[in-house]
Amino acid sequence: MPLLLLLAGLAVMAVLPLAVPWLQFTLTIALAKGLAALGVAVLLRAGLISIGHAMFFAIGAYATAFLMRDLAVTDFATLIVASTLISALSGLLFGAFLVRYRAIFFAMLNLAVSMVLFSLLAKLYGVTGGTDGIRVATPSVFGMALARPVFADVLYYGGLLLAGLVGFAVHRYLKSPLGAALSAIHTNEVRLEYLGVSAWSVLLVAYTLSATLAGLGGAIAAMAIGHVVPEFAFWTESGHIVLVAVLGGIGGVVGPFAGSIFLEVVQTLAVGFAADAWNLIIGLALIGVIFFLPRGLYGLMETRRRTSP
Amino acid sequence: MTTPLLKAENLQVAFAGVKAADGVNLEIAEGEFLAIIGPNGSGKTTFLNLCTGYIRPLAGEVFLDGRPITRLAPRTIARQGIARAFQIPQLFTDQRLIDNLMLAVAARRGIWDAFRPLDRRTHRDEAMQLLSMVGLEDVAEQSAATLPEGLRKLADIAIAFALKPRLLLLDEPTSGVSAIERFGLMETLMTALRQARVTALFVEHDMEVVERYADRVVVWDQGRVMADGKPDIVLKDPRVLQNVVGVA
Repeated sequence: MPLLLLLAGLAVMAVLPLAVPWLQFTLTIALAKGLAALGVAVLLRAGLISIGHAMFFAIGAYATAFLMRDLAVTDFATLIVASTLISALSGLLFGAFLVRYRAIFFAMLNLAVSMVLFSLLAKLYGVTGGTDGIRVATPSVFGMALARPVFADVLYYGGLLLAGLVGFAVHRYLKSPLGAALSAIHTNEVRLEYLGVSAWSVLLVAYTLSATLAGLGGAIAAMAIGHVVPEFAFWTESGHIVLVAVLGGIGGVVGPFAGSIFLEVVQTLAVGFAADAWNLIIGLALIGVIFFLPRGLYGLMETRRRTSP
Repeated sequence: MTTPLLKAENLQVAFAGVKAADGVNLEIAEGEFLAIIGPNGSGKTTFLNLCTGYIRPLAGEVFLDGRPITRLAPRTIARQGIARAFQIPQLFTDQRLIDNLMLAVAARRGIWDAFRPLDRRTHRDEAMQLLSMVGLEDVAEQSAATLPEGLRKLADIAIAFALKPRLLLLDEPTSGVSAIERFGLMETLMTALRQARVTALFVEHDMEVVERYADRVVVWDQGRVMADGKPDIVLKDPRVLQNVVGVA
């Protein structure tokens, strides 16, 4: 059933920009942040909250910018693959140290590392462009130079396809023995160790996966926006990603995407119609979800499935 | 002379100055059913913790098949063949009972499978066999959190059994199980242990259970082995009768 939900969601997402063209950019960013939120949701399965995951979003985004600027890589697919791999390696490296910690220590250490990265991105002007950031030109697609609006279509539908494939893979992972072991860390890590399973290894896989997802999201965002800035790694962005995951719900892979789309659309509408009060509107929306949908928007879908004949 | 399956040599542990193991020497032979009895706080569970790497001794060594395991992590010791069922059942309470067992089966077969589902035929069949062994097949689909204490205890034993261990450590296997079901459980457990040729060490307070099922009984008192021998002899020892059986 979650797969049907994923397919239905993808179908709606595919036709939505055709009906409301101005939504395409918003939805592209929602997909990018949804991927990062899915990464956070993976870790939430183990009961771990990362308040620093924007660093991997930023690593993916900056990897794209560096590859284009310094190595003259312009191909869309190469950029996506390489940026995602760089994020995965970063996740493996930081994760080897960070997954030793639990609860507030894990959350705060992630925050600390992300703020170090933010500072480096902001201060190393000669390398990172400092607070001005780096411009990301329009990539080519299989050797073809495309006009910006055409590339935006390719990025959106390519991103949608990637989100579908990644969502399916993560769904399989969460249902696998390795995914079950990840959830088991949340409930009884001692028993898991007594089953001969290394909780550290299980978490390292999850952390690397979550960094990979965030990095993929960052690469898509960099290409969509055409510019990367240190704020991508700022702690408020990390908070935003956690917010998206909680809002959407961690019960299934569709949840973080639903949360991301909801938040981006509400934010866009709120900025347009109530520029001074959009934070208030988002805060109220979040309070509403926490009070009435403790399992997030995905919980609402689950309830509907259970009550439908 | 054959190497004992498990050997503890001069184990010493103290908690805030209180000695929980004070020069413990103990050997368990392959195929033996050894019971440990003793008053509460005498160090019985501490001994299980030492054998499974949960705590490390101040001095002394634990050997499995002649190889030291004292400084190994619980997961490494589990992979070497020592499984444990706990005094307070350790289940994955946000999962169904069958999922608990399937995860235990998968842990033994290899957890590094990220794409095939946990809930598949091979895992489910073996998990159901284990649940049938302890009479829990009817509650397999229930959440582990909703099970009564006695059933959780049985589930915990089944999980330990899923590892197909060489040595099974059982911490009060019959506590929380009703008096009527106690001997039924032990009969089932002993049959399964014999069939699988698993050596067992169980901490127990029920002297009837000890007398009926243990090949050998070790009496613990203040972190020391007070007596060691056949149940029919040890349980008649006046010191044991006075200090342990009366208290237990």
